[in-house]
Amino acid sequence: MKLLTHNFLTSNIIKGVTKGYPLQIMAEKVDVKEVEFNPDFVTKMLPKIDWSALIKAAKDVGHGDGLPEAVIENPESNEEFLKAAHNALMQVEVIEGKLVCPESQREFPINNGIPNMLLNEDEV
Amino acid sequence: MIEIQSQLSERAIELLRLPDEPCLVLDVGCGSGLSGECLTEQGHYWIGVDISSHMLDVAVERETEGDLLLGDMGYGMPFRPGTFDGIISISALQWLCNADKSYHKPPKRLLKFFSTLYACVRRGARAVFQLYPENPEQVSEIFLDAPIIRNGANIVFGLILDLELITQQAMKAGWTGGLVVDYPNSTKAKKMFLCLFAGGQAQALPKGLGTETSNTRPTQVSFSDKRERMKAKHPKKSRDWILEKKERRRRQGR
Repeated sequence: MKLLTHNFLTSNIIKGVTKGYPLQIMAEKVDVKEVEFNPDFVTKMLPKIDWSALIKAAKDVGHGDGLPEAVIENPESNEEFLKAAHNALMQVEVIEGKLVCPESQREFPINNGIPNMLLNEDEV
Repeated sequence: MIEIQSQLSERAIELLRLPDEPCLVLDVGCGSGLSGECLTEQGHYWIGVDISSHMLDVAVERETEGDLLLGDMGYGMPFRPGTFDGIISISALQWLCNADKSYHKPPKRLLKFFSTLYACVRRGARAVFQLYPENPEQVSEIFLDAPIIRNGANIVFGLILDLELITQQAMKAGWTGGLVVDYPNSTKAKKMFLCLFAGGQAQALPKGLGTETSNTRPTQVSFSDKRERMKAKHPKKSRDWILEKKERRRRQGR
């Protein structure tokens, strides 16, 4: 699971959970996989990204260094910033661990890099 | 089979009419990532959801570029509002018409799916679902604002495809659009795509391939532009295409 995906993921499909965001990451195995840098895509994603959730997620998985505390002004013209965002969003991957719903404490296991978001019938 | 899958995916992506820039797309029922690979080839990024952990493991093994989630469409799509620029789904939607478990209620599951899907897509974006053509007779077009009343469901490949129920629940969730049928008069080449729009400006439904062109409305000119643009890219399996793919994979260190 990339942190880009984590940034968009909620647990509000559980009955009774209203926001379910951000999910807390409890990582056991984290990998950094090289992904081609695409400044256009990163720039396009920035307005949609919840930056504080990204910072927390990156720190939780031990890759928070070098990531600015806030989105800078005119990020599209600052390659250094875009590369830091690209690394956090696209290259850092949680391979094993779990996600925890901030409201219900429900846990979603992550195996082989794939979060298991399946629910039980009484949770929907 | 793989060839057919990628043909279906390419047509579905074409119907998606994504803007000419890298987009984030949700692939519902992504399986081993065949449809996602077509998105990657066109320079887009994707997140795939599937209910089969086995298929997702195959996708991981094949090193597809998309990120993967294990999830059940009928329980809703767990994403923040406005996340995606488009949604694609190949041969997955009819599974929602099935009651695999005794407590499964297809109408409820379809509505949950369509409403959470509507929430997580950008306004004005499209969702394209490829469906198995049903037998024996097929209506050529169904519009959501004037659904055709049909007698019950049709059995297809052991799956029940209830178009009326699907379109009803999609409409309830706020979607507009309808069914695009390619080559409706051919039993072999016929392909069906449910093409849905999430708000925004009123959009004309694209015409199916191999249908009469005499009644094509001028609003569809922009659609044919897109086809030309896509043709301009290197054709699949050509020398340039292979070189481009090799170079891309090399840059990624694979």
